[in-house]
Amino acid sequence: MEQFFNDYTLRTVVLGATILGGVSGVLGTFVVLRQQSLLGDAVSHAAFPGIGITFILTGSKVPLILMVGAGISGWLATAVILLITTHSRIKYDTALGLILSVFFGVGLVLMTFIQKSPNANQAGLDSFLFGQVASLVVQDVITMTVMGAIALVIVLLFWKEFKLLAFDREFAHSLVLPVRGLDFGLTTLVVIAIIIGLQTVGVVLMSAMIIAPAVAARQWTDRLGVMTILAMCMGALSGAGGVIFSISAPNLPTGPIIVMCATAIVGISLTAAPHRGILWQWIRRSLQNRKLRSEAVLMDLFDLARTHDSLEYPHMERALRVIYPQTGTLRRQLSRLEGKGLVSKKENGAWALTPSGVQLCHRLVNERIQ
Amino acid sequence: MQSAVEVRDLTVAYRENPVLWDVDLDVMPGTLMAIVGPNGAGKTTLIKAILGLIKPAAGRIRILGKPYQKVASSVGYVPQRGSVDWDFPTSVMDVVLMGLYGRLGWIRRPGQSEHQVAISALKKVEMDDYSDRQISQLSGGQQQRVFLARALVQDADVYLMDEPLQGVDATTEHAIIEILHSLRSSGKTVLVVHHDLQTVTSYFDEVLLLNIRRIVSGPVSEVFTDENLRHTYGGRVAIIKNPA
Amino acid sequence: MSQFQLEIQLVASVVAAVCALPGAFLILRKMAMMSDAISHAILPGIVIAFFLTESLSSPLLIMGGALTGLLTVALVEWLRKTNLVREDAAIGLVFSTLFAIGIIMIAQFARDVHLDTDAVLLGELAFVPFDRLIIAGRDIGPQALYSSGSVGLLCAGFITLFYKELKLSTFDSALATTLGFIPGVLHYLLMGFVSMTAVAAFDAVGSVLVIALMIGPPASAYLLTNRLSRMLIYSVLLAIIAAITGYWLAYLLNASIAGCMAVMVGVQFGILFCIAPQQGLLSTRARQRNQRWQFAIKMLVIHLMQHENTPEAVQECRIDHLQDHLEWEEAFAEGVISRAASQKLLRTVGETLELTPSGRQLAQEAIVHI
Repeated sequence: MEQFFNDYTLRTVVLGATILGGVSGVLGTFVVLRQQSLLGDAVSHAAFPGIGITFILTGSKVPLILMVGAGISGWLATAVILLITTHSRIKYDTALGLILSVFFGVGLVLMTFIQKSPNANQAGLDSFLFGQVASLVVQDVITMTVMGAIALVIVLLFWKEFKLLAFDREFAHSLVLPVRGLDFGLTTLVVIAIIIGLQTVGVVLMSAMIIAPAVAARQWTDRLGVMTILAMCMGALSGAGGVIFSISAPNLPTGPIIVMCATAIVGISLTAAPHRGILWQWIRRSLQNRKLRSEAVLMDLFDLARTHDSLEYPHMERALRVIYPQTGTLRRQLSRLEGKGLVSKKENGAWALTPSGVQLCHRLVNERIQ
Repeated sequence: MQSAVEVRDLTVAYRENPVLWDVDLDVMPGTLMAIVGPNGAGKTTLIKAILGLIKPAAGRIRILGKPYQKVASSVGYVPQRGSVDWDFPTSVMDVVLMGLYGRLGWIRRPGQSEHQVAISALKKVEMDDYSDRQISQLSGGQQQRVFLARALVQDADVYLMDEPLQGVDATTEHAIIEILHSLRSSGKTVLVVHHDLQTVTSYFDEVLLLNIRRIVSGPVSEVFTDENLRHTYGGRVAIIKNPA
Repeated sequence: MSQFQLEIQLVASVVAAVCALPGAFLILRKMAMMSDAISHAILPGIVIAFFLTESLSSPLLIMGGALTGLLTVALVEWLRKTNLVREDAAIGLVFSTLFAIGIIMIAQFARDVHLDTDAVLLGELAFVPFDRLIIAGRDIGPQALYSSGSVGLLCAGFITLFYKELKLSTFDSALATTLGFIPGVLHYLLMGFVSMTAVAAFDAVGSVLVIALMIGPPASAYLLTNRLSRMLIYSVLLAIIAAITGYWLAYLLNASIAGCMAVMVGVQFGILFCIAPQQGLLSTRARQRNQRWQFAIKMLVIHLMQHENTPEAVQECRIDHLQDHLEWEEAFAEGVISRAASQKLLRTVGETLELTPSGRQLAQEAIVHI
């Protein structure tokens, strides 16, 4: 393995995987936000027969030519899905699964057919299934770069239109923007991202490269622009990281390793991202509960005191009606409130609201009425 | 006088079932009109048909005397709040700026002057303090105000609003009604899908009672009668049978 | 036809029929893409079980796969509940990650285990007859026949036993809950069967084409009938037809049998999509065209009736008014008028239209029904 990758090839391959990750991260942002993740999966599976047909028709193994075939076939699949759902009772998810698997079946038939035909040139076509980064040459990387750059420039040019399309399609329609044209454009760009990935991660795992970086990026930001850039970086990082990691040990297939890198980033983001992450949510929830618990104790003192002349009338601990299994919890709440200067302990051990505690209680009562 | 919105013999059908049947409507400029009717009466469909979002089976729609495509920039639209994903990663300011996309044209980005326009619209709906907020952090009423602000920046002559008062708090409801009234007094035409029969009389000048067909339309004081309401809501009526 | 060929067709038919049973419920519950997710995600479970048993059709393998399948369903559900990821993205993420893990495991164990990525995608239907089930020294047929057959029997038993509950929870899950049917439990049971079926079929057709067999025949059957019981029967029949024709197509082309079965599933769907008696494209088109005329005629007579004897009648009932106000194309308007006239619903008087008594009657009837 290591002999195979001299530095130059390694650099080529890493570059290729980086570009793939970056481009699919950017386009994945729109795919995920438009809730079309599974369409991405369908399109990437459906790109497969295009490769076979193109090879049979042209006899060429030049990636660019095969990619065109893959693109046409992936794009055709989305058209057929639309046709089925608009002209029959078949639902979208069914059409998606059906077209995905049937197109893929056609691809496999073509592939076995080609393998059994006496064509010396046929080896290596099945590397499109799981990708084979080792087969990347400089020419391929240049092709990928050009296609990726075109896709990114188009996203940049039509940024605000794509944003509006993803957020509020009907409003875009009411501004007489050509929504169908924009749909078509965006789908085409996704197809481009997928065919860029064919050689690297292959058709089967390509959808992960579309979905994962966008899902991860979404957790860290609430801005579309930032999310897109983050997704690009995360995708690129998984691409490069996956390649480097996979050559570090024997028998590690690059495509799946790249996908695992992307998934790991998703895992970290879902757990640790500030504000949205699971950890963060958990901390916020326990703080909230703690606050509610001490407020309950405070309000109890308030309710008790209201039956007396003064709102600062002290009460013994046992008079507090808040039902706590352990008196320790109640005592902890009281001393926390004391620390905040909301209650104070009298000489006889009774607790009373302080003026600022009374003030807070009035506010809480008002809030609850609203 | 030229009608602001003119609908003639409008019929809309999903598959072959009519959702709107032979509806006629004339709205004069400067009118604040409520569209009222039971669920499934075709209120939203009427709005969408006027906006060209749905292709009618028959009928003619003119806005300011022209087809929608020609006057789109003079029409503002407030969709139902539930029609979008409020978890979308974008800010209040961004959403309001979207109202200007039609005027901006392709490729150009909103600049300083557009931001000014958006801020002043947000001020009108008392949301200028929230311009940097992510939209999922807003309450229902605030989301509705943002949508209204987005329509305000369109600086349209005709506004079409789908249930802008649905599920909003009392403060927001008053704020929105105030804006609707000020739009009317500056000569704008406003059509509002409305669900609360109690408030029709106090909020609106005119009303369209709709239940697939137009039951009646005109000044609230004249047409918003018990009899007409019974006619609109009473006895749930079946949709026309398929000939097949 | 040799016994060898016969056995392959038999196994193919059984596998296809078994897949169709849970598949029918998947498409009715709008969860077709769960078949995509599960069929990919069971791979690591299969690899581990295969590593332990060295056989692709042992009951342990089926259990292992089924557990992984349920794990997938639970993971997707959990991710969705965090509200951080939408369901479509959650499905895409979970299954591609598990699939990538499976592929990495295969690459790692490649030297120890006879299981390669081709088998994962293609299945090895042609080799199925070599793996015999031998009981007490007697060869009683291919093992795959028995493993998929028993899953099928279990599944059929499950469906028969819980037919009423499945039907109700599929069409009205809210009602099912109030009646105490616990749709959640049924849901997981169903997903368990989807997973078991996917494992049983994996050996024969590989992981992607399972989707075609699960979704395709039920989708075709859905175009033929409205009744669940018939849909199940038709699905099974269509699945068997696809299996046998697929086998012979593969024989002719010398290509992958599983791939050809998927192709035939697609062809079957394509044909029914066009010519199914009620739901097919041709008949719905014809019906719609007919309905459109009927509809337009009704509109016309109602329009004429509403303006009859009113001051604006001269205007509203003019022929050229129709083009203006109803915005009908000239040809369409003429078509409507001539059809209505030939049905003696109206007559033309100079430039205007006049209802006949029967036209007025139709209009009155139609208007009542609105």
